[in-house]
Amino acid sequence: MDTYFLGTLAFLILFPTVIALILLAVKSDAARGGIVKLSAALIALGSIVLTVLYFMNGKEILLAFEAEWISYVMIAIEIFLMVVIVYLGIKYKHYWACVLALIQTPLVSWFEITHSGVIPISYNLYVDGLSVIMALIIGIIGSLIAVYALGYMKDFQKHNEDQKDRRGFFFFIIFIFLAAMFGIVTSNNLCWMYFFWEITSLCSFFLIGYSKTDEAIANSFRALVMNLGGGLGFCFAILFLGNFLNTLELTGLLAGGASGAWGYYLTIPVACLAFAGITKAAQMPFNSWLLGAMVAPTPVSALLHSSTMVKAGVFLILKLSPLMGVWLPGYSQSFGVIYYNWAGLMVMMVGGITFLLASFAAISQSNAKRVLAYSTVANLGLIVTCGGIGTAAAVWAGIMLIIFHAVAKSLLFLSVGTTEHRIGSRDIEDMDGLFSRVPAVAKFMIVGICGMFIAPFGMLLSKWACMISFVDSGNPFLILLLVFGSAATLFFWAKWLGKLCAIVAGKDDHEAIGIPGEEKAVLGTLATLTVVLCLFFPVLSNGIVVPYLGSVFADIETGMLASSNLVIMSILVAVLILIIAFFFGKTKKRIVPIYLSGENAGDDISFRNALKQTQAASLKNWYMEGYFGEVKMNRIGIISTVIILALIAAWCAVMTLGAIITMY
Amino acid sequence: MTIDFLTNAFGFNFGVLNIVFIILFVVLAPLVGGILAGIDRKLSARMQGRFGPPILQPFFDVFKLMEKEGITVNKYQDFYMGAFLFFIILTGVFFFAGGDLLLVIFSLTLASMFLIVSAFSANSPYAEIGASRELLQMMAYEPMVLLTAVGFYIVIGTFNVADVLAAGKPAIIYLPGVFIGFVFILTLKFRKSPFDLSMSHHAHQELVKGMATEFSGKTLALMEISHWYENVFLLGFVYLFIACTSWVSIIIALLVCIFVYFFETFIDNSFARMRWEVAINSSWIVALILGFGNIFVLYFLKLFGII
Repeated sequence: MDTYFLGTLAFLILFPTVIALILLAVKSDAARGGIVKLSAALIALGSIVLTVLYFMNGKEILLAFEAEWISYVMIAIEIFLMVVIVYLGIKYKHYWACVLALIQTPLVSWFEITHSGVIPISYNLYVDGLSVIMALIIGIIGSLIAVYALGYMKDFQKHNEDQKDRRGFFFFIIFIFLAAMFGIVTSNNLCWMYFFWEITSLCSFFLIGYSKTDEAIANSFRALVMNLGGGLGFCFAILFLGNFLNTLELTGLLAGGASGAWGYYLTIPVACLAFAGITKAAQMPFNSWLLGAMVAPTPVSALLHSSTMVKAGVFLILKLSPLMGVWLPGYSQSFGVIYYNWAGLMVMMVGGITFLLASFAAISQSNAKRVLAYSTVANLGLIVTCGGIGTAAAVWAGIMLIIFHAVAKSLLFLSVGTTEHRIGSRDIEDMDGLFSRVPAVAKFMIVGICGMFIAPFGMLLSKWACMISFVDSGNPFLILLLVFGSAATLFFWAKWLGKLCAIVAGKDDHEAIGIPGEEKAVLGTLATLTVVLCLFFPVLSNGIVVPYLGSVFADIETGMLASSNLVIMSILVAVLILIIAFFFGKTKKRIVPIYLSGENAGDDISFRNALKQTQAASLKNWYMEGYFGEVKMNRIGIISTVIILALIAAWCAVMTLGAIITMY
Repeated sequence: MTIDFLTNAFGFNFGVLNIVFIILFVVLAPLVGGILAGIDRKLSARMQGRFGPPILQPFFDVFKLMEKEGITVNKYQDFYMGAFLFFIILTGVFFFAGGDLLLVIFSLTLASMFLIVSAFSANSPYAEIGASRELLQMMAYEPMVLLTAVGFYIVIGTFNVADVLAAGKPAIIYLPGVFIGFVFILTLKFRKSPFDLSMSHHAHQELVKGMATEFSGKTLALMEISHWYENVFLLGFVYLFIACTSWVSIIIALLVCIFVYFFETFIDNSFARMRWEVAINSSWIVALILGFGNIFVLYFLKLFGII
């Protein structure tokens, strides 16, 4: 069995890497198209094979895979990447990136070289339920986005003809990204995970800066600096674990933490790793890097928001979640404060605050991509909060959120991208009546929006589970953040939905321009997934999520969303599909003009004004700048989360100092 | 056999009584809702010094609408309205079957979304402004509605309506703040002045008929019927605060429902329309202070083992 697993993992990590290198050299569109489509199919297949293997094995598996040379190859690559960062940092005068790279890479490399063999590593790789779910998301959604990018980048190149065609490099990075993501979700050796972690930071850096405009370069460096900052947290966690707790394995960390033998020492690596997760998941105060990433071509946004990058951040936090229940195991009353798990508290508060404020900020945006970005930040906030609560029920909600968010958000980004190439704008105000203007895309966008916020679809189901676990968490403030944030979520999605659903007569039909076949196929697949996955709530939950939780949590009964509710939601999805299939648009009534105070000029969009001139009626959405202005929300968010993070950092620093003094 | 199947499928105890309640709701709710609407109009008229229509006027109106020529502004609006009615009834069914409060709230949101999309689809300025305002009202009342469910959960230990009713004491003892907050947002849900922003029965509406501007004939009739269903089931929420196992509490609960409904009528006639800022500010402040304040206190009472 081990061999099959190892073979599949090797394929998932190495095959995209090889393809990436090939794509770097390929220049012709046709060849690139063929290679990308074929390898996307193979990667998706690979992730499905991994799933099948997991079910055949019946439980999680740890893989030894002894190979010391791999670590040396990784160190060599890390040093090479450090040189690249330093070079680019100096070239574009962004020196913080150089500083951060020059601190952490030598530190980790030195540590790995001096400690190799000293700290026993029994298992380098593993596969469990959560990594299977992640692999499916990366393998299927990630590859679909790569395929979509083929058509999109052709258009993109046409729109930016003055620029050099760097599409080979673009696809090179995309496939490396996928490979690194597979690495993150299956590495048990934390040094390996750190290696892949840094690769994804760098990949997103290159993708964000792809267009090489000043804005793109500035934003790419912001993303890089923030993520390297998170990487520093990761690096510190590795050093602490290696020096004081004598383990460098995820399983070792989880087992050691659960045993209670480490006492309050446990909080320090957990807080550092969670900090890395928070930066990668673009939580406040680091959300600006994800917002800045909007300058990149749309498939990049789709990739960063749905299947890669930010999902690595929340993956790590959910993975650590069993260690974040509020009191540390084996705490003693006399030293109550230091046995309180400040890591869990930090994570849940940062996530909760981010959810609330990002949902508010989304209301004030009219740029579709920015609305999507704030919504991603908000949803990641929910997942992070679930991780911080650290109960099985909360993690259940978090995993469901990851799955449904990946599908619906990629669908939304890609449909916005296609729309933008049709109507020449990504502003929601310009999407008036899209349902009658570009029906082929609008219907997918509508599915995506409904999938994001309304019963009976996946995101709402997950939010429902969040609700229960937040109430059970013993932290009443989380409820406050959740109920107000949910109200805001409802508002900004529904007002967008309303714009799309308006039936506008006489607007030109942009479909004639023709949507690339790949784009249509990918959008169709994602829309189908968004709906069909919801039909299988109970299967998804009982088949894979609950067994995974059973393997990491002692108590998986309390506070779990009743399975009867999953059944009801699935039935509702089916009912909804049926009524739409049978009744949608089937009226036999006479169609009449709308009421414009009796002065309808006849076309339903213009009226005769007081001067007897014909004037078009137009309405704008609500943005409530005074309430939910972006600047204000970010300011509040940054101040409150920085205070929380600084307090925890100070606490960790004092405790680490204590540990060092005790040791020597 | 059927009942056993339903019990297994839906988790909660699906007894004969539930089915009776569901049938009663589906059949009687429009009658009760219609009569309440009639009394509301009569009372309003009297408060304004008019004689007012007969109590059964809402039914006459609906019958008349049913006979109108079938016209519509686009192919899709009727579907959305039909779905609104369908999901409102379904929401009530979940509620009266003793189901999960959150399920009830979420399916109510789904239903409301169909009504809003129906108004948006017309692309008429009046309907669109009405629909946007309805959305704003939803955002205003949503936190308080969710906090209500959370309040019941903290007191009772589950979200199931059936369990709330099976409790030994009325929930209002622990949830006075939540109760007042809920009654406050009922004004928005019933679309009564001062918060009848999206559409109103009063003549002082500046938006023609707001959200309902482009609904006519049968479609408008369906909306009216849906609202009767909705009102009855919203009063069910009020009932839930007071009713428990004792008979006295059930009688008091019914009386309180009637009182709350006419209290809303009284408010409706005592206030002028207010700006949207007032709607959102006041609802959120009420949710924060009365709703969350109540829940916060409950948390501490639980923590120290007082309840």
